[in-house]
Amino acid sequence: MAKVTFDGIEVEVPDGTTILNAARIIGGGIVPPAMCYYTPLKGSGGKCRACLVRVAAGSAKDPRPMPKLVASCITPVQDGMVVENTTSEQVLDVRKGIVEMLLINHPLDCPVCDQAGECDLQNFAFEHGVSTTRYEEERRTFEKIDIGPYIQLHMTRCILCYRCVYTADQLTEARVHGVLGRGDASEIGTYIENTISNDFSGNVIDVCPVGALTDKTYRFKQRVWFTKPVNAHRDCQHEKCNGRVTLWYKGQDVMRVTARKDEYGEVKEWICNECRFEKKETADWVIEGPAHIDRSSVIAQNHYELPVVNAQIIADLPESTMRELALNPPLKLGGLNG
Amino acid sequence: MQSLTNRAKLLEKKPMTLAERAYLPAIFQGLTITMRHFLRAMRKQQLTIRYPEETRPFSPVFRGLHVLKRDEAGRERCTACGLCAVACPAEAITMVAGERLKGEANLYREEKYAVSYEINMLRCIFCGLCEEACPKAAIYLQADKMAPPRYERDEFIYGKDRLVEPTDPAKRSKRGIQLTDEQATKLSGQLQPA
Repeated sequence: MAKVTFDGIEVEVPDGTTILNAARIIGGGIVPPAMCYYTPLKGSGGKCRACLVRVAAGSAKDPRPMPKLVASCITPVQDGMVVENTTSEQVLDVRKGIVEMLLINHPLDCPVCDQAGECDLQNFAFEHGVSTTRYEEERRTFEKIDIGPYIQLHMTRCILCYRCVYTADQLTEARVHGVLGRGDASEIGTYIENTISNDFSGNVIDVCPVGALTDKTYRFKQRVWFTKPVNAHRDCQHEKCNGRVTLWYKGQDVMRVTARKDEYGEVKEWICNECRFEKKETADWVIEGPAHIDRSSVIAQNHYELPVVNAQIIADLPESTMRELALNPPLKLGGLNG
Repeated sequence: MQSLTNRAKLLEKKPMTLAERAYLPAIFQGLTITMRHFLRAMRKQQLTIRYPEETRPFSPVFRGLHVLKRDEAGRERCTACGLCAVACPAEAITMVAGERLKGEANLYREEKYAVSYEINMLRCIFCGLCEEACPKAAIYLQADKMAPPRYERDEFIYGKDRLVEPTDPAKRSKRGIQLTDEQATKLSGQLQPA
């Protein structure tokens, strides 16, 4: 076990835990943002630099600060480490630079993009960036590639986080897409425009932090914030998929189906393409209840869910509410970002 | 009790002065104002105007009827991003987005456009939040136009046919309220001097 101090909060974590995961154990507003790191994907992280933190003391044995800011998602903790994230001016300043770098080639077509409203880059830029741009040059463009009937690829929006590549690598047997080219010209490609046909290929939509990979069956159908997320499940025949999903409703219609995500936007369970693309009728699903949406999210507009109730504090809760709560365990008490 | 914020101001209750307690000075002050308005009305012959032929001057910041603007090339600016609808406190705006087809690049500015765009003028409170939210400078509340009276409720749901400004810049009206032809003839008939 290692004792780490993160923004003045002490936490004890197992050896080998990364700084980011130690911060996530504390939770709340001190957790560094992550654009490329994705817990379910092995080897992800260390690319976007969004999670840079300052290590003020390396360890108990060698308490010198680390010379440069480190990527918290791939740096393991050491006993006695002191990490500064929100308390360090330098980190917050560098993060502004990271936003600027990530946005250099990003087209900023949020009004057109289907990811807007649940986009990691949008949130990241909104929370940490500046509202002006200094970039005057042409942004890079790509020829449009059709990668099949289910997934829409917008290479211009890609920030090269490699999440989709790892997903394709680790979830499917035959790897059909990867990053081609180098530096500025790198792009996500499916060799010789192979269409992605694997049963789990749809998951690249969920892992994509930006709007580079979006659901073609949902393209321009609705804005995310006009749809209501509802948890549902079905008896999926696929042996690797257990059919637990989030349905996004507009009125009576299922607009799209996604995997369930946790508070850091990470998929809880992968779902198969049949669940995601083929089953868009309410009759196909068993509805569990409204999915939890962060209060700060634009999707929370007009979104109603079971109230966050601390039953221990409120002594005389009505019987009906108690019954409801027993059926649906209360949602996590809101922290700084809950 | 300790206040929750530091914005609360404590009010002191002052005792009334002699003039305030005497009651009559305030009564006469009020009557003077009434009489002043009465005499002013007596001097002028007419206080009303013949609306809608005549209109009172609009304030330059007046927020009137919406318009969906076109760009320099005459293409529709709106890209159906839904920000106006989510900003709208009265939930008056609805839209359906569509993908621009090949050969429509001269009609719509972006890859996505509003296939239908409706504003319910009965719900709208003309607050201008849609205008503020619009990232494409597409929707504006005109300072010189009002939503005119109609007879039927469904006539107040303005679709793209009435919201998008005409292609021909000369036809874009600069002033006055929008009347249907029928309303215009009816009104001019009623207002003929006897």
